Amino acid sequence: MEGFLRERRDAGRKLLIAYITGGYEGWQAAVETAAAAGADAIEIGIPFSDPVMDGPVIQEASQTALDAGATPASVLAAVPDLDTGVPHAVMTYYNLAHHPGHERFAATLASSGIDAAILPDLPLVESGPWREAAALAGVETIMLAAPTTPDTRLPELCEASKGFVYAVGLLGVTGERAALASTATEIAQRCKRVTDKPVLTGVGIGSPEQAVTACEVADGVIIGSAVVRRLLDGGGADGVGELIASYREALDGG
Amino acid sequence: MVMSDPTEEGRFGEFGGRFVPETLIPACEELEQAFREAWNDAAFVEEFHRILIDYGGRPSPLTECYRLSEQLGVRLLLKREDLNHTGSHKINNVIGQALLARRMGKSRLVAETGAGQHGVATATAAALFDMECKVYMGQVDVARQELNVFRMQLMGAEVESVSSGSKTLKDAVNEAMRDWVATVENTHYCLGSVMGPHPYPWMVRTFHHVIGDEAREQCQALVKQDPDVVVACVGGGSNAAGIFSGFADANSRLVGVEPAGGAAVGRGVPGVVHGMVSYLMQDEVGQVQEAESISAGLDYPGVGPEHAYLASVGRAEYPSVTDEEVVEAFQLLSRTEGIIPALESAHALAWVVRESTSLKGQVVLLNLSGRGDKDVDQMMDILGPGSDR
Ligand SMILES: Cc1ncc(COP(=O)(O)O)c(C=O)c1O
Repeated sequence: MEGFLRERRDAGRKLLIAYITGGYEGWQAAVETAAAAGADAIEIGIPFSDPVMDGPVIQEASQTALDAGATPASVLAAVPDLDTGVPHAVMTYYNLAHHPGHERFAATLASSGIDAAILPDLPLVESGPWREAAALAGVETIMLAAPTTPDTRLPELCEASKGFVYAVGLLGVTGERAALASTATEIAQRCKRVTDKPVLTGVGIGSPEQAVTACEVADGVIIGSAVVRRLLDGGGADGVGELIASYREALDGG
Repeated sequence: MVMSDPTEEGRFGEFGGRFVPETLIPACEELEQAFREAWNDAAFVEEFHRILIDYGGRPSPLTECYRLSEQLGVRLLLKREDLNHTGSHKINNVIGQALLARRMGKSRLVAETGAGQHGVATATAAALFDMECKVYMGQVDVARQELNVFRMQLMGAEVESVSSGSKTLKDAVNEAMRDWVATVENTHYCLGSVMGPHPYPWMVRTFHHVIGDEAREQCQALVKQDPDVVVACVGGGSNAAGIFSGFADANSRLVGVEPAGGAAVGRGVPGVVHGMVSYLMQDEVGQVQEAESISAGLDYPGVGPEHAYLASVGRAEYPSVTDEEVVEAFQLLSRTEGIIPALESAHALAWVVRESTSLKGQVVLLNLSGRGDKDVDQMMDILGPGSDR
């Protein structure tokens, strides 16, 4: 994933990643339309029973997917058939990697066509064994840098992160906010100072205007709750496609 | 020795650790640092103990149960945490954490609660120290522990009903963590048991160590020996850890009693949720299962990591009892000793009743972690008003 994103960034493009909850009705079609509408990568959520980093929108989608019988296996089994042309990351919680065992989970991701993993409840200090197993299987681990992360730890965190560096835009869980937090540009700025990996800001970005502002510093943005809310509101894959197109257009200076 | 300090990474054997979002890592580090410093500061320790005495009502008595002992054929001693201010052991931990929060300059406390006892204790400390307080409580528990909700509100706390997931303790913890992620700069998460990320399991046990210390002395004074068995109920495991820690180096058998519907040690496998590696009830892919217990305070699919460790090395054992056995024990203690126990604490007694034959003649120290006033409504529904049972 890192090579792919770097190349696009270095060509002057602002990067856009769409998050979609796997297992939610119509998610595969939504993934494909998001890619077609200009997403540079897709983040696929594997629903977990206790999503502590997620706000109400993604919680609801996860719970609905779980109630409908979604499992890690059922979500991952659908990935090889997705026609996107861009890299895929999964976003899930650490217990789903811990339970089957690091090696097995990493191998399953790799064989399902997953390029990278985001585990928001696995902080740098606890991440060594997983990152090693993932790397051996060819899966990149994307680390999260928080507004509270001290400068003393940031270089190590960015170094450990593969794929890109996920700059958490605010103190809080996923969800749209009325205004872009000032922390969003600060943390991206601090990351950019210590790494040349792509730095993407996520959490709390809910409009194309906010995405443009965030990208004055960051290399790109991750849009989660706004996308998932479209699905919850019945907008379907077309609604997601339109939404992503509006971000793409704004980021391309349209 | 068991029940000494965890490793620098907060591990008890393979259990424990610090599995929280990166956002919270600095707060956990700050808390650990503040706790280490405070606990080495004689003035802090003295203030802690003075408040527990003058305000909390410590030391709690040790009560010998004459009638019930005769009936069961064991010598049953109760450590009376039910007599503490706010009605349970929870006050020990909360006073400690509120003092620490003040020391760290935090003006707001958030907490999760199951039975409402920890929420009430936190609201109490917030009132005492003039702090803002918000308590998250599962919707199911709000309904079955109505009185405690009102008590918290009386003391100025805001109670938020949590309607996600199983709508019980596990989900209240998730919601409290989400709050903390967003408010960490001015807020301390006052976690209610020996669970969560390092340093909580260790710190909370340390604040409850006073239970075990007192009980050991009281046993020596009363029966001139360490008890043969020390028994306590286990939800997250704080009252058990507190009393066990006084007897870790004794020959006493340590027994933590879990509810059959929330038997993390009995039915769980190692897993990671709420910041720690510990035994956890999960389905075949690793989704956390919902616990189901008559007692809101034990309705939790996990257990503190130190208990997982004590179980894995064989120093403590963790049997479980059914809701029916608990209802019987609840009534038994009420009728024979005039003490209405919390449903949580009744779990420990239910085990003693079941095992009374094998325990014949032994000295059994039971941690009566709380009083049953909060459960009277629920029991009235179960037994029926005017029941002649
Ligand atoms: C009286 C009482 N005992 C026990 C517990 C369970 O907590 P722990 O296992 O941490 O002692 C509770 C929790 O609400 C309680 O109210």
